[in-house]
Amino acid sequence: MKYSIFSLARAALSGHKNWKPTWRDAAPKDRYDVIIIGGGGHGLATAWFLASEFGIKNVAVLEKGWIGSGNAGRNTTIIRSNYGLPGNTGFYELSMKLWERMEQDLNYNAMVSQRGVINLYHSDAQRDAYARRGNTMRINGIDAELLDQAALRKMMPFLNFDHARFPVQGGLLQRRGGTARHDAVVWGYAHAASELGVDIIQNCEVTGFTRDANGRVTGVETSRGRIGAGKVGMAVAGSSSRVAAMAGLRLPIESHVLQAFVSEAIKPLLPNVMTFGAGHFYVSQSDKGGLVFGGDIDGYNSYAQRGNLPVMEDVCEGGMALIPMIGRVRLLRQWGGIMDMSMDGTPIIDKSPIDGLYLNAGWCYGGFKATPGSGFVFAHLLARDEPHKEAALFRLDRFQRGAMIDEKGQGAQPNLH
Amino acid sequence: MRIACPFCGERELGEFTYLGDAKPQRPAADAGADAVYDYVYLRDNIAGVMDENWYHGGGCRAWLKVTRNTLTHEISAVEPAAGAGAAKVGA
Repeated sequence: MKYSIFSLARAALSGHKNWKPTWRDAAPKDRYDVIIIGGGGHGLATAWFLASEFGIKNVAVLEKGWIGSGNAGRNTTIIRSNYGLPGNTGFYELSMKLWERMEQDLNYNAMVSQRGVINLYHSDAQRDAYARRGNTMRINGIDAELLDQAALRKMMPFLNFDHARFPVQGGLLQRRGGTARHDAVVWGYAHAASELGVDIIQNCEVTGFTRDANGRVTGVETSRGRIGAGKVGMAVAGSSSRVAAMAGLRLPIESHVLQAFVSEAIKPLLPNVMTFGAGHFYVSQSDKGGLVFGGDIDGYNSYAQRGNLPVMEDVCEGGMALIPMIGRVRLLRQWGGIMDMSMDGTPIIDKSPIDGLYLNAGWCYGGFKATPGSGFVFAHLLARDEPHKEAALFRLDRFQRGAMIDEKGQGAQPNLH
Repeated sequence: MRIACPFCGERELGEFTYLGDAKPQRPAADAGADAVYDYVYLRDNIAGVMDENWYHGGGCRAWLKVTRNTLTHEISAVEPAAGAGAAKVGA
């Protein structure tokens, strides 16, 4: 079905009783050219790009629960491309450009809102670091503006500018950054992929791989039976180690829990996405009015999808230091998502050492903004057996070669990225 | 999550710092690049019961070996692990 103002009007005139499901809930066939494991944003985007850009339409997306039930539904919906290192800068800008045309490409309203992302700075040294990052972005054709305190006071007079320890001196603004509606991103890719013939198969948990005599992956064993495949791509961030272990692979990844929070709805307050530069706190306001915010990962290995109180306290303290008036707002709910924390804080999009098995993993806590870019470059890798040029550095063997992409400079300690 | 330190008793999580899986052992100096790669970068990333090194920085400053389930956060054993951090970071 094609959505438009006319389809909306027609549905409205018939009391909204005739809407059809926006995508097709498929049963597994015996064999596909490509199977994608994981029905989150990345998996569904990969399937859609395979079908729309690379002409491979005999594709299945296997999801153990319901689509979007993992990290696609557990993030803070921020999109941006303000990265400083080669490898990251170009990739995230590719993703940002795809965000800008996603709704037209998919014929689906994903509520992409380019309301701007501001990283606040609180010292001269931090200003210099942000100026440098902004310059890196601009050299690469990405928008960035360094704002001083006077400019920020006009935009957000409620910030704690004169904080005794962490005065807000200014911020680095990317106007094209912002937010998108996370569920609609999943449904939009599912809608568009399904229209092109992709099978989306829910409640279908992969329990193993089938291999031929040469060790090549020839398909998957699932809770709904054996399914053959020409190629299998993994897009299961959070559980990458568990799925890879079924093929006998160990990955440079630890799974950690990241919490996020929503306050009760309040009147429009925050005009953009904002990050505190002196602690770990980032916040935006949803269209429903709730403040959506988060901070550090909890710091210990976890698959539990829930966190603990010390991080919650730390995040709330960060919020209070920056915007004291939100102390009167009540916390509505809180959740945890499981992050694939890679050893350098950067994703892995590569062929695995096993023929026929491809990896899309290690997104740390930055996977949501990468959704369209990740889908595009992973589809490129699956279709052509060579990495897209903007993902050419996201290799699995970079740790052995000493070619890490460590944006924070923390070394091989995943809970510090 | 609260950790029962064998020296201090049960304390809240904020007093402890996490180092990670206690299983990887630093290879011998002549072990070769692959062994070092394995030790520094590769992890079993267990979904289930795992031995881990924690540091009680907000208390007795002892290194502890905590046996914990990563699916439920349930802790089944805590024992002293003197030198665990030094062995891991090579200090």
